[in-house]
Amino acid sequence: MLSIKNLHASVNGNEILRGVNLEIKPGEVHAIMGPNGSGKSTLASVLAGKDDYEITEGSVTFDSKDLLEFDPEERSREGVFLAFQYPVEIPGVSNTNFMKACLSEQRKHRGLDDLKPHEFLKLIREKAALVELDPKFLHRSVNEGFSGGEKKRNEIFQMAMLEPKLAILDETDSGLDIDALKIVANGVNKLKSPENAFVVITHYQRLLNYIVPDYVHVLYKGQIVKTGDKSLALELEEKGYDWIKDELVNA
Amino acid sequence: MATEDQIIDEVTSGEYKYGFTSNIDQEFAPIGLNEDTIRFISAKKNEPEWMLNWRLKAFENWQAMAEPNWANVKYPKVDYQSISYYAAPKKKEGPKSMDEVDPELIDTFNKLGIPLEEQKILAGVAVDVVLDSVSVKTTFKEKLAEAGVIFCSISEAIQEHPELVKKYLSAVVPVGDNFFAALNSAVFSDGSFVYIPKNTRCPMELSTYFRINAANTGQFERTLIIADEGAYVSYLEGCTAPMRDENQLHAAVVELVALKDAEIKYSTVQNWYPGDKEGKGGIYNFVTKRGICQGANSKISWTQVETGSAVTWKYPSVLLTGDNSIGEFYSVAVTNNFQQADTGTKMIHIGKNTTSRIVSKGISAGKSQNSYRGLVKVMNRADNAKNYSQCDSLLIGDKCGAHTFPYLEVDNQSANIEHEATTSKIGEDMLFYCNQRGLDDEKATAMIVNGFSKEVLDKLPMEFAVEAKKLLAISLEGSVG
Repeated sequence: MLSIKNLHASVNGNEILRGVNLEIKPGEVHAIMGPNGSGKSTLASVLAGKDDYEITEGSVTFDSKDLLEFDPEERSREGVFLAFQYPVEIPGVSNTNFMKACLSEQRKHRGLDDLKPHEFLKLIREKAALVELDPKFLHRSVNEGFSGGEKKRNEIFQMAMLEPKLAILDETDSGLDIDALKIVANGVNKLKSPENAFVVITHYQRLLNYIVPDYVHVLYKGQIVKTGDKSLALELEEKGYDWIKDELVNA
Repeated sequence: MATEDQIIDEVTSGEYKYGFTSNIDQEFAPIGLNEDTIRFISAKKNEPEWMLNWRLKAFENWQAMAEPNWANVKYPKVDYQSISYYAAPKKKEGPKSMDEVDPELIDTFNKLGIPLEEQKILAGVAVDVVLDSVSVKTTFKEKLAEAGVIFCSISEAIQEHPELVKKYLSAVVPVGDNFFAALNSAVFSDGSFVYIPKNTRCPMELSTYFRINAANTGQFERTLIIADEGAYVSYLEGCTAPMRDENQLHAAVVELVALKDAEIKYSTVQNWYPGDKEGKGGIYNFVTKRGICQGANSKISWTQVETGSAVTWKYPSVLLTGDNSIGEFYSVAVTNNFQQADTGTKMIHIGKNTTSRIVSKGISAGKSQNSYRGLVKVMNRADNAKNYSQCDSLLIGDKCGAHTFPYLEVDNQSANIEHEATTSKIGEDMLFYCNQRGLDDEKATAMIVNGFSKEVLDKLPMEFAVEAKKLLAISLEGSVG
C-alpha cells in the first residue's frame, strides 16, 4: 500500500529525514517511536504533503502511485489521512458543514454523488457515536473552544467520516487522559479492517496497549534504526532510547 | 471611451439651447454641473417648483463644500465638471443572444446560481421574458396595494405623494450634510420610495425581481423609506451579479425613517465593478445612508455585504432619537486586488434606553486596503445607552491592509459601551488542515471566509444569504495559492 524508499527531506536547508525506508501493507498497524526531534512529525507532514519541506531524495509510492506528485488535497482524496498533533480551529464553520464539504470532495474523487441529507445525517451520527463524540460538537465550529482531548477525539471522528486507506496519527495520545485515550483507541480499533492501515506516531507505549501494533519502528536522526514487534515498545518504555543509540555507535 | 466621446460630440455639436421647458427631446444633460444642469434635470422630470428649489439649495450647499479627504482611501481627483449628470433611461443596443455575452460574465452568473432568464436580462440580452417579469410585478403591486404599501420610484412619489416626500426627504440627510449627499440632492435622477402605513407589516421582502431593475439604477440614486407607527419592512438593495457601469462615480443617498414601534431592515449586496487585477477602472462608491429611529421602541437594522467597487466610502448610520430605540449595523466588506474600502457606521444615541449593536467583518486580500470607521456617540440626555461593537479583520496574504478607526464620544455617565476587535489571518496551517481533508485552497478559503462572516450573513434574508456566500467565494478567487 505504502512504500517509502530512501526518503530524504529538509526544511530551510536542514536535513530532517535522512533515508527513511518503510513498507506498509493493508491491514497493518505500524507504530513509530523515537526521541524528540528524530523526525517523526516531519515524516507525517511530508506524507501529507505540507510544503514547508523539500524532498531531496527518495520516493513514496502509495497504491502504486507516486504520492509526492500529488497536492495535499489530492493525497487526502486518494485516501491518506493525517490526524494532526495540533488541530486548527475554524471559527464559524460547523463540524457538520466542514465534514459535508470534505466528504463531498472525497466522494467526487471516487465518482460518487453527494449523500442525500438524511443519509449524511445518519452517517455523521453513527460516526460520532463510534468515537463517543457528543452530538452537540457537530454543531459547534471546528475545534473552536474544544479542549485538547476534544480536538483529538474530533480528529478521530473526521477519520471515521472519511474512511481513509492510510491513517497517520501524529501523537494523537499526547494530552489525553486515560479515559479519552481508551475512547480514541477504541475508535481506531473499530475502524481497523483488512483494507486499511495505520501509522501511529507516539512517545508513549501506553497507547500501544490499546492500539496493538504489528510493527514498532524507532526513528532516530531521520532514519528508522530499529524495527520490532510490540515488545520493542515495552522495552523502550523501560529502558529509554540510550541503548539504541549505544547500539548504533557500537555497530 | 467611444460612447463617451459620442455623447460629448452629440451635446456640444448639437443645437441644444439649455432649455428649461419640459418638452425637451435631449437624452443627455450637457457635460458639467451648474444651475442650468439642475434646472434641466428637474424640468426633464417634470418636477414641481418646490422640488427644483430643494435641488438648487442643495447645489448651493455643494458649491461651498470641499470633497472630504479624511477617509483612508486614495483615488485620482474626480472632475465634477466633466460628468454628464442626466441620461434618460434608454434602450441599449445589447447583445442579441447569450453567445455574444462575455463568457467570464456568464461563468460568474452560473457560479452565483442565477437562473438563465435572469442572466439574459442582467447581461442586457433582449428577451421575451420581460412579459413574465411584468406579470410578477403586477402580482406584487396588487399585493402591496392591498396592504396600503406605497412602493414606487422616487420620481413617481414626487408626483403622486408630494406631501410624504416633502415631509421626509432630507429629514435624515440634510441637503448640505456632506459633499456627496449635497451633490446627490442636487442631481439625483431616480431611486425608490417606500411608505408602510401604520400597523402594517409589509407582506413581502421588497426584493427579488428588483434585482433585475437594479441593473438599470443610475449614478445618483435616491431612496426614501418610511415606516409609520407599528409598521415593519424588509428592504433589499443591490445585486450579487457583477455590475458594470460606464459611470465611474456613484453617490447614492438612502434615508430611512422609523416612527413609533416601527422596524426597518435594510439589506445591501454591493458588487459594482471593482476594477481589474491591476487596479485599473472600477466604480467609486460614495454613499450616504442614514436612518432615524424617530419614535419610541423603533428599530433600524443595516446589513451589508460589500464586495465590489474600486473605492468605497460608506457609513450607514442610525440616529436613535426615540426612547428604547435600537440601531444595528452588520457588515461584511471584502477587498481584493487594489480595492479600497473605508466603511463603518455611526450610532448616535439621543433618546433614553437606546441600544446599538455593530458587527463588522472586514476581509482583505491582494493589495487591498480595508478600513472600519465607526462612531458611537452618546448624547447628554441619552440615559442608559448601550452599545456593543465587534470589529473583526481577516487578512489573506501579506500585501493587504486592515485598519480600524473606532471613535467614541460619550456625554452621559450611565452609558454602557463595549468594543471588541480581532485581527486574524488565513494561515498556511489552516489551509493545510483543510487541504488534508480534501478541500483545495479555493474551497477552503471560501469556507473559512464564510465562517468568519457567518454572524452577518445570518442576518440576510434567506435567498440573499445563499447568493452572498457564493459571492464572497467568487470575490476572493485566486487570492490564495
